[in-house]
Amino acid sequence: MGEQKSMTIKGNMATAMGAKLCRPNVIPAYPITPSTLFPEKMSEFVADGELDASMINVESEHSAMSACIGAAATGARVCTASASQGVALMHEMLFIASGMRLPMVMAVGNRALSAPINIWCDHQDTVASKDSGWLQFYAENNQEGLDLMINAFRIGEDKRVLLPVMVGIDAFVLTHTIEGVDVPAQEDVDDFLPPYEPPHGKLDPKEPATFGSFGTPEYYQEFKQAQVEAIEGSRDVIDEVFDEYEEKFGREYNKATPYYCDDAEIVLITMGSMTGTAREAVKKLRKEGKKVGLIKLTVFRPFPSPELKEILSGVKGVAVIDRNISPGAYGAMYSDLAAAYTNEKEKPILKNFITGLGGREIFVKNFEEMYEMTKKAVDTGNLGKPVEWINVNEDVLR
Amino acid sequence: MAEEELELFASGHRACAGCGEGTAVRQILKVAGPDTIATICTGCLEVISTGYPETAWEIPIIHAAFENSASVASGVEVALKELGKKEGVNVIAFGGDGGTFDIGFQALSGMLERGHNITYVCLDNEAYMNTGIQRCSSTPYGASTTTSPAGKLSIGEHRPKKPIAAICAAHGIPYTATASISHIPDLKKKVKKAIETDGPAFLHVFSPCPTGWRHGSDDTISIARLAVETGVFVLWEAEDGDICNLNVTVKPKKRKPVEEYLRPQRRFRHLSEEDIEVIQKEVDEKCEKYGF
Repeated sequence: MGEQKSMTIKGNMATAMGAKLCRPNVIPAYPITPSTLFPEKMSEFVADGELDASMINVESEHSAMSACIGAAATGARVCTASASQGVALMHEMLFIASGMRLPMVMAVGNRALSAPINIWCDHQDTVASKDSGWLQFYAENNQEGLDLMINAFRIGEDKRVLLPVMVGIDAFVLTHTIEGVDVPAQEDVDDFLPPYEPPHGKLDPKEPATFGSFGTPEYYQEFKQAQVEAIEGSRDVIDEVFDEYEEKFGREYNKATPYYCDDAEIVLITMGSMTGTAREAVKKLRKEGKKVGLIKLTVFRPFPSPELKEILSGVKGVAVIDRNISPGAYGAMYSDLAAAYTNEKEKPILKNFITGLGGREIFVKNFEEMYEMTKKAVDTGNLGKPVEWINVNEDVLR
Repeated sequence: MAEEELELFASGHRACAGCGEGTAVRQILKVAGPDTIATICTGCLEVISTGYPETAWEIPIIHAAFENSASVASGVEVALKELGKKEGVNVIAFGGDGGTFDIGFQALSGMLERGHNITYVCLDNEAYMNTGIQRCSSTPYGASTTTSPAGKLSIGEHRPKKPIAAICAAHGIPYTATASISHIPDLKKKVKKAIETDGPAFLHVFSPCPTGWRHGSDDTISIARLAVETGVFVLWEAEDGDICNLNVTVKPKKRKPVEEYLRPQRRFRHLSEEDIEVIQKEVDEKCEKYGF
């Protein structure tokens, strides 16, 4: 094992370094705030001869994802980065990448969607593509951003999976924030991630094949079913790969990571960088004798219902804190968790909180408030509103 | 380049009787040979040739979406180079006129500007035929389509055809040409030049559609020929984007009147003598510019 190198870097640099260690062949990319540093850094690595790869500086995100698809189908290891409107512009092609079972990795600087235009953090961009058939991982910090990129390539390329993976790092809170990151040695990543060879053929004149066929009603559904079975099958692969990564590099990853959940009555569930603040809130509440815990969701697709239900076993109330909203319904995590409990006799009270949209700060006191509201619902049986908005500037609303 | 011409676009595909597109693809692949990877866009070509579990293609192809044959091909070409497999392999991006003139125009411009070693072939049947004959920026003046219908107040399509080949040439690309399925030797010569070009090449291939143009399915080639013989569609080529010095490769000795081209097509049947005179005048002016 080589030594890990400690660096102090921005989140975008962490995902770029993670990608570089995976030796991608082709990087089609289009700049967008807050992810621009990713293609810039990859371009520098290529320009300096540190990475033997080709950039394709395309004219749009739609073309970025299209070129990713063409390159991946040709047998290349492919990555890109985007955010917000860019992910939205790619939307059509996201489904095609996964439908054609082409592994690739995209780092997303999670950013709000227009309108109003806003460059700051929320998870609406990737949550809006939760049904695209991509695996989705969310990082709490820059270290996780780097590590999850490496895990993403390995999981997506596993022949039991063969699906594209998104790694979300929160806009600015991570993309532009400098943190200490341990960077694995190249030879160890090479050992962890073997070169990619598509197991079911590629665009090759020696073995001609048609990719992207027209699927009639006699066949289409089975293609989709096979794709869904692959994403279901990725559950075990994710566990295996996370375990191997921990063994090799010493950092633990789980689909859902509990914190003070063993005896907890109330548990908060978070995704992304807000987890750090939530952890501080839990520490504070624990000191006050409150039985509160926290779950950090790292893997949002596939949605880890079994793991969440196991951790939440015996818990009375759950505060599901979504940094996204499906207007007219709920936050995405809440909907999925509620669905997971539908046929269960024993279930906790679930409360849905929406906060942190468009870069709105989320403070320790906000988590305390969400804890209190959930506790009150448990104690009184008065569940409150179906969706609770937190840290609202009432003056602006009026 | 294949020494021997192979049939790489198999018969039995689902094109309409008399479809010009099938002829074009078959002839283009005869020149390109088996060491070719193609991208195609959503539209007639994808529908007629890739219905799972069948395929008409004897070469590797990929279809992803409608507007991005050029950008998918960009990924293919760069991946081949990066993996050391580009040598001796042609990359051809096929697009219909909708996928080229309209929705895929941005992706095409990007592909041309970035200098990929790709031959882009636009198979032009002058409207959205796959979805039922809607107008496109490729639709010529006076043509009746389902979204530019001729009527009491309408001549049909009221805008002229977008000069796509000239626009592509204006990117300064090494090779641009127009061709027609009525002039196969000329088409094949241009395909050869295009794929031997180091860098992007654009081929605009005129390809009548009996279903959309509403002419007999046995008239496809003669209609295409009349387009050239009347000067409605001019066959030319240009190097390095120099459209001021383009080479007209097929010059009819005496141009036939446009009426001979327009009359057999029911998409033009509403046109009055006066309307046809307007079109004739425009074609005369255009041909004068081309020097014949």
